[in-house]
Amino acid sequence: MAAPIASAPLDDLKTLQQHFFTQFPTLSRQDFANGVYALDPDAKQSWLAIEQFPPYEIAIDLGKQLFTHPFNNGHHYGDCFPDYRQGISQHYPYWDLQTDTVVTLSQAINRCRLQNQAPPLPPTSRSLINLTAYLSFLSRNKPIAITVPPEPAARAAYQQGKKYYHQRRGQLNFSCASCHIQNAGKRLRTETLSPLLGQTSNWPTYRLKWGRVGTLHQRFIGCHKQIRAQTAAPQSEIFRNLEYYMSYISNGLPVNGPSIRK
Amino acid sequence: MKIIGLLCTLLIAGCIPPAELEQKLTGQQLAFDRKKGNCLACHRIADGQSPGNIGPPLSNLQQRFDNKKDLVNFIEDPTVFNPATSMPPFGRNNILTRQEIKTIANFLWTLPATQTIIP
Ligand code: HEC
Ligand code: HEC
Repeated sequence: MAAPIASAPLDDLKTLQQHFFTQFPTLSRQDFANGVYALDPDAKQSWLAIEQFPPYEIAIDLGKQLFTHPFNNGHHYGDCFPDYRQGISQHYPYWDLQTDTVVTLSQAINRCRLQNQAPPLPPTSRSLINLTAYLSFLSRNKPIAITVPPEPAARAAYQQGKKYYHQRRGQLNFSCASCHIQNAGKRLRTETLSPLLGQTSNWPTYRLKWGRVGTLHQRFIGCHKQIRAQTAAPQSEIFRNLEYYMSYISNGLPVNGPSIRK
Repeated sequence: MKIIGLLCTLLIAGCIPPAELEQKLTGQQLAFDRKKGNCLACHRIADGQSPGNIGPPLSNLQQRFDNKKDLVNFIEDPTVFNPATSMPPFGRNNILTRQEIKTIANFLWTLPATQTIIP
């Protein structure tokens, strides 16, 4: 099911959410935030077993330590994010009207560092991932609330992310949509394919394959490798726009990161 | 010399030129191997372990295609027959050689209608 290419964001959201609610009538909005676990009872059982001693807990603790530690100038991250205790990650990524760009949570943290004369952290560094793990944890169960303002540049960023999701690429000629819309719920070998709806709610995530907590953009890279396609870099403009589209479509689902995936 | 000989026995694949190695793989191996056809990613095929279910089971293909050449053409580029298909264009994108595709088609052509399928 290909979403019509130039339709308005809200129409895309309604069409796609309705599509998945119809395809999986037994799943609630909340269930979709659990990705493949909502569709595969065996995978869900092993996930719940691992959740007894969550391997991402240390990332949350370290993230909290970093977050509450003052910068050299005496200021705190909390000064940049005054509402952080109520949870803020459900509002990321957002369209920044000042710089005309999509800003992810990782980037917002780095902007805060720069404002406080601290060097920015590399996109996949432990410290940055731990900080996002803590903020994601504080947002647990908050509904994802992404806005696409009417500004043409914001619309264009959204449309670029959407186009990327639906465009075929790589030697194997797949689009993201081939696997995560057209074949969502089906099995590729033994892997159940998660639906687009809910793919951004659980990040950062501890992946058993990685043996550590990693980012959504690192997961994008994994999917590019599977289809033998050229990939972009974490926090590149195209990956931020892709995240913008995917997160917008998941509006209303609860944030449940950090989580665990195979 | 002795050492090279030993290495060759250990890493047989490394000592055979790629073209020769290809001929050594049977149609079933080419269809099952994850680095080759990996058809099991999407199709049930007799005797294949842990198949996916994105495409239809591959059995009884003599009913579905008039001749083997049509089957080869389909595997070469299924998007010609259905632009929206999620099956990769194995020939057009050089995922498999024409010879490999023919070898797979020969194997599939012989599969009976009723078969042992391991779920
Ligand atoms: C050939 C199939 C295939 C294609 C094409 C594909 N993926 Fe995936 N993707 C998978 C599989 C398999 C998984 C692991 C199971 C799951 O969670 O869906 C996965 C997982 C994911 C996840 C993690 C979901 C979660 O709950 O943690 C994200 C995000 C994702 N893919 C995004 C993408 C994006 C973006 C693209 C395109 C650039 C893409 N995928 C293309 C097969 C694919
Ligand atoms: C990623 C998924 C995928 C992979 C990998 C795949 N296929 Fe397919 N295949 C499909 C789908 C989906 C169809 C259904 C037809 C369509 O989409 O037009 C199909 C249809 C077929 C058909 C037609 C069957 C019929 O009864 O109409 C044949 C033959 C076939 N595939 C052979 C192969 C072979 C051989 C390989 C490996 C070399 C392979 N496929 C790999 C997805 C796949």
